[in-house]
Amino acid sequence: MQRRYFIKLLAGTGAVMMSGLDLLLRPLLAVTARNKPAFSASKLDEAMLQIFDGEPITASDAIAIGVHDLVENGAVVPVKISSSLPDVDTISIFVEKNPNPLIAHFKLNPRCEAFVATRIKIQFPSDLMAVVRSGGKLYKTTKFVEVVEGGCG
Amino acid sequence: MARDIKIRTRITDGVATIRCIIRHPMETGFRVDSETGKPVPAHFIEQLCCYHGDELVLQCDWSRAVSKNPYLSFRFSGAQSGDIIRIAWVDNLGEESSKEVKLQ
Repeated sequence: MQRRYFIKLLAGTGAVMMSGLDLLLRPLLAVTARNKPAFSASKLDEAMLQIFDGEPITASDAIAIGVHDLVENGAVVPVKISSSLPDVDTISIFVEKNPNPLIAHFKLNPRCEAFVATRIKIQFPSDLMAVVRSGGKLYKTTKFVEVVEGGCG
Repeated sequence: MARDIKIRTRITDGVATIRCIIRHPMETGFRVDSETGKPVPAHFIEQLCCYHGDELVLQCDWSRAVSKNPYLSFRFSGAQSGDIIRIAWVDNLGEESSKEVKLQ
């Protein structure tokens, strides 16, 4: 009887309390819709306007872009973005001369380090730009990447 | 269609490093099939989410310009050996897949 009562308690009020507590304690990161207009934009300015809503972006050398200066095959370009800025909650990668300049937009939980690595396609020799949001403000760094054979065809 | 997700994990001092590779064509829609001469329709992962237990740790919104068979690596703190990591993606055609592994 006692055990049954305990199980009932767990399943009922207990579960409600737990989930309430959980919501309070949990850092807020929930799945949000992908910003389609930003990804469809064909110009860098337009893509940035769509995703950052015209917020000012400060140049910063506290963001590191790990990419080769000269890339043979534009279809597979390893890129590593990291930053020493505090409280980074988004990282975005742009390639200015690609048909759609916005390549990837990462949303980070507060427990994440300011670091992502992936592989992207680069069509033409172009500036690669990384933008991070740190403490609610946007910062950027750019690096030119020379590409021998484009990777979008 | 079931697609492969390969996940490698490592924990050092409570910081988990996750590396994964997903088997996916990531077609841009710009490529022309050399045999038929017709453009190959766009087919790429639009969103990928990484969970630690039931907590979202990283959301990736991607364009068609992420390379074929995408690779992703990231790190987060507060992890313990045995914790469940789940990676789930959905592409522009509505295909989806997910995989769970234990941190080790």
